[in-house]
Amino acid sequence: MGSTQRARGHERRAQVAVPRSDGAAAAPVAALAVDGAGGAGPAPGARRGARRAPSGWVRRFLANGAGVVGLVGVTLVVAVALAAPVLAPHDPARQYFDGLTLEGDPLPPSERFLIGTDLLGRDLLSRVIHGARVSLLVGVVANGAAVLIGLVVGVLAGYFRGTVETVLMRLTDIMTAFPALILAIALAAILRPSLWIVALVIALVNWVWIARAIYAQVLSVARRDFVEAASALGMSAWRTLLRHILPHLVSTLMVFGTLGISTTVLLEASLSFLGVGVQPPMPSWGGIINESQSYFLDAPWLVVFPGAAILLTSLSFNLLGEALRDALDLAERR
Amino acid sequence: MVPYLLKRLAQSVFVLFGITLITFLLVFLLPADPARMIAGRSATVATVESIRRELGLDRPLPVQYVSYLKGLVRGDLGRSYAQRAPVSDLIASRFAPTVQLALAGILFELLIGLPAGIAAALRRGTRFDQVVMGLAFVGVSAPQFVVGLLLIYLLAYLVPVFPLGGYGTPMHLVLPAVAVGLAGGGWYARVTRSATIDVLRQDFVRTARAKGVFPSRVVLKHVLKNAVLPVVALVGLDIGVFMGGIVVVESVFGWPGIGQMIWQAIQLVDIPVIMGGVLITALFVVVGNLVADLVYPALDPRIRYQ
Repeated sequence: MGSTQRARGHERRAQVAVPRSDGAAAAPVAALAVDGAGGAGPAPGARRGARRAPSGWVRRFLANGAGVVGLVGVTLVVAVALAAPVLAPHDPARQYFDGLTLEGDPLPPSERFLIGTDLLGRDLLSRVIHGARVSLLVGVVANGAAVLIGLVVGVLAGYFRGTVETVLMRLTDIMTAFPALILAIALAAILRPSLWIVALVIALVNWVWIARAIYAQVLSVARRDFVEAASALGMSAWRTLLRHILPHLVSTLMVFGTLGISTTVLLEASLSFLGVGVQPPMPSWGGIINESQSYFLDAPWLVVFPGAAILLTSLSFNLLGEALRDALDLAERR
Repeated sequence: MVPYLLKRLAQSVFVLFGITLITFLLVFLLPADPARMIAGRSATVATVESIRRELGLDRPLPVQYVSYLKGLVRGDLGRSYAQRAPVSDLIASRFAPTVQLALAGILFELLIGLPAGIAAALRRGTRFDQVVMGLAFVGVSAPQFVVGLLLIYLLAYLVPVFPLGGYGTPMHLVLPAVAVGLAGGGWYARVTRSATIDVLRQDFVRTARAKGVFPSRVVLKHVLKNAVLPVVALVGLDIGVFMGGIVVVESVFGWPGIGQMIWQAIQLVDIPVIMGGVLITALFVVVGNLVADLVYPALDPRIRYQ
């Protein structure tokens, strides 16, 4: 599925490679930062410090063509979602009399219905445009929630250690073994899907990788001299956390905040396609394809256009996130 | 090695145990009442009650959980409510199609991902590299059900090379395997590319080249061994994501595997089948991770068992 989930491959690679100094909790010392560097040398994020000039990474980002393409794509999708009522040529819910053939089949693309109509004679373009709102809303909310859960779990486990760490990281281990989509299907079926439930379900299966990455990074930052100095000087644990540890997580959060949306949009589409996501009549891209499944051989536009919308959105966030990762120097050296 | 193995085994058992607990709690949050579903709409309260008793659903949750665990230890996953057959039999009948699809999908992933990644790394920075990596990004971002449906439209309907769906011959396997493996293919292309670039930068590669070793031999000998084999081991870590894809693709192609079984069981509130299905997929993941963790250090002596 999306890259945030797949990213664990790399993460695990580093995890095996980095020698553990604390055998007790079997803590995987993996960070996006040490990824590929084989654990040698300080984490790049730390080396540069949290207060690096923002223009540096912005310039690096803008020099990356793929990232700019991603940014343009994301801007486009967001703009379409925001302006949906203005952009949509028709009412997405209205079933047009002239929207079906005399035999009652959906219409192919024409001048009146630019990318055709669906099984009920509704304008497909308007539905796809309004679908952008649903997909983005679920994608952004779900990813935001996942990042938040991942951040809290990762920081608590990595900074406070002890029992908290053991419990949280064992829970993370268990969640890792759940095939995410299968768990999401089961959850969504149990909870009776609404837009917010779908977002919640996706967040509940998707925070695990983020928590692992944050955890690993907190571990590596917390071990550094300035953190020890801060506590030696009598700074309280919470203040140390806020002043010295959280700033180091900003880049990671930015990357997951964008890259993760690619995954959540795909998960939402898959759930809606399976019928346990966003429910009709609300137009969602996966849902449109689900409704059309039995008919798509005769009306391929019903799959092609919503499918292209999903791909464009997921791809844009993917490109943007990866470029941010490169620009923020979190990636393995290439 | 042996202590590491034992530790990892114990961890795996713990994870599986945790999964039974979470899944059990989840399915009992279901708003629907399985006894009522089995009895049908017209059933009397008494009938529903007797079914509930017969299934043991009237007992307290912890008791039900313990009795489920006891059965599990004996390899008894309970009986399906809907089909009145042992869950282990149902899983057994669904096992082969899913394993077949999974293996074919993984084969496809590696078949496109590894060569693409190596080729892109060798021509790093060229137009070719950019195009291949662009395609890899598209593969990773493409929803599997759309890929599946488009493949059906193009290669089974417009140009009827493959069957429209179903299961049986190797021809039936091709399109589902491509649909399930495309995303992974893109992902492995990217991972292989960066791993290859890392290896190409190593001193031993430079030495080999300086000695005048033939370029193709450098790739075959050094790159394959040091970059690509470790990437292959990543397959074991990706099983969880992969299984999710399999559920979607099984649904698109009407593939009679475990994903379809879980999907149907959820609709019917067939709790033992849901539990069994989730457990068996989790088992795939746990075993995959275990194998990868064991194989990995064997491929790269710099990595130690811990």
